[in-house]
Amino acid sequence: MKLSETKVDQIGVQERVARLQSRSIKAESKKEALTLALSMIDLTTLEGRDSPNKVRQLCYKATHLHESFPGLPHVAAICVYAPMISTAKQALQDSKVKVAAVATAFPSGMTSLETKLDEVKQAAQDGADEIDMVISRGRFLSGDFDYVAEEISRVKEACGSAHLKVILETGELVTLDNVRTASDIAMAAGADFIKTSTGKIQPAATPEVTLVMMQAIQDFYRKHGRKVGLKPAGGISKSKQAIQYLVMLRETLGQDWLHPDLFRFGASSLANDILMQVVKQNTGIYQSTSYFSLD
Amino acid sequence: MNDRINVRKTHKMFINGKFARSESERTFGWTTSDTKDSTNICRASRKDFRDSVLAAKNAFSGWSSRTAYNRAQIIYRCAEILEGRSAQLVEELRTQGLDSEDAQLEVRQTIDLLVYYAGWADKYQQLFSSVNPVSAPYFNFTALEATGVVAIIAPRESGLLGIVSAIAPTLVGGNTCVTLMSEENPLCTSSLSETLHTSDVPAGVVNLLTGFRSELIDQFSTHMEVNALIYFGEDKDEITQIETNAAENVKRVSICTRQDWEYESSLSPYAILRTQETKTTWHPIGF
Repeated sequence: MKLSETKVDQIGVQERVARLQSRSIKAESKKEALTLALSMIDLTTLEGRDSPNKVRQLCYKATHLHESFPGLPHVAAICVYAPMISTAKQALQDSKVKVAAVATAFPSGMTSLETKLDEVKQAAQDGADEIDMVISRGRFLSGDFDYVAEEISRVKEACGSAHLKVILETGELVTLDNVRTASDIAMAAGADFIKTSTGKIQPAATPEVTLVMMQAIQDFYRKHGRKVGLKPAGGISKSKQAIQYLVMLRETLGQDWLHPDLFRFGASSLANDILMQVVKQNTGIYQSTSYFSLD
Repeated sequence: MNDRINVRKTHKMFINGKFARSESERTFGWTTSDTKDSTNICRASRKDFRDSVLAAKNAFSGWSSRTAYNRAQIIYRCAEILEGRSAQLVEELRTQGLDSEDAQLEVRQTIDLLVYYAGWADKYQQLFSSVNPVSAPYFNFTALEATGVVAIIAPRESGLLGIVSAIAPTLVGGNTCVTLMSEENPLCTSSLSETLHTSDVPAGVVNLLTGFRSELIDQFSTHMEVNALIYFGEDKDEITQIETNAAENVKRVSICTRQDWEYESSLSPYAILRTQETKTTWHPIGF
């Protein structure tokens, strides 16, 4: 596979992030941004101790964000491990919330391609609307880009009608140049979404890598006319951060991407923080986590 | 060369164990009673208050789970340090208009008050807990627990004793606090902060803000993370405002008057009870 060698200006990226983060958002825009951010959340539980009841509870939360505050949107999707797909599907059957499942030996990706493809097929068959795969970072870092591209396109095939999100795990890619290259490979290989991280490795999503990925998406759109989505995941737990990501998104990719179809937050505790801010914006009273659901 | 320029102290607030100016960078002018010099005092903003509440909330589990004996040691340590700095505190109280004798008395009383409450740390539980008689096969007992984050609006009239007499019983009971200092008598804030800072009081357990009561009272009484509010004063409008706001999350509200901070009348373990919750347990027996 031939790649355009786009080099990233690291200092430029840092400066631009710093500049965009210093934007002051006025009250009305803030309210809108908060609601929009809520509707973009992939409510996530990816723990070894996940149980069907935990998943059911999360699904309830997805559609009933804060009962005492009517008029709120539902989140975009629930993100779970593959064995929980059917539980989640059942719990969400009357809603428009999608079910996303992580697959391909998440989070390490350390297994054979055949096993990964079986896993993906099974997840798609179980009814997952979206599949979150991880790339083989070891192969990527050793320069075997062809393998990574091949892997992604095979997984894409196996997904069938399910949307494919490709996790780059930027925390392991070391440089912004690598992030850019991995983004280009993933999009060329058919990713519907590119996603920063699994949430299991630190650092997870940072504004810098997210900006680089946004620029990659923009270049890809200009060249090929296909809109690829973006999902920063991990480490975004405060509404202030979420708003800063939205500012970056609006300034880089424009209005079209300000939609849950093209932008998601992978997060578990972000929802409650945004809810606290929404209630604060509407009542003027600072909130406490004690009065929001435990999840 | 006897006309040396004095090095004047920058008055700061105490938030999360740090000496901080207001994030708003606002100050208000405060004029000394004797020399008519003007001093700048930080004017806390809503965000300063919110940051303090967060600090107090984060510090709560650590502070409340310390042993009573350890809390006693730390509060006694505050008294030790204050004793060593008493000359400075006397000077500050005099600058605020007290005569020398009254100032010395107030500092002495403040130190003694800290020693008094330090002593109560491992004793008040025995006084207020109980084993309750019930007509069923249960061992029924009531124990005390700290309320949580306490907002304190300090008395206007006293810049030292008034505040310490509110903070000491709150801390002894395992609570953390955010205090709005007297805007008329704010000069002891820095010295008190320095005392707390060097007495092993963990960061965030006590937060001291200076600013305007009229501006901050709404925030103090509405914030959902605040579990109790201790108000010193007799302003009917303020009291109504506080009680209405506190109803939002049913904060425990204590309205206190002069006798709740003056030395003789305030010394009481019942002051600790202001910020305690009682928990009653029914434990089955006879099986």
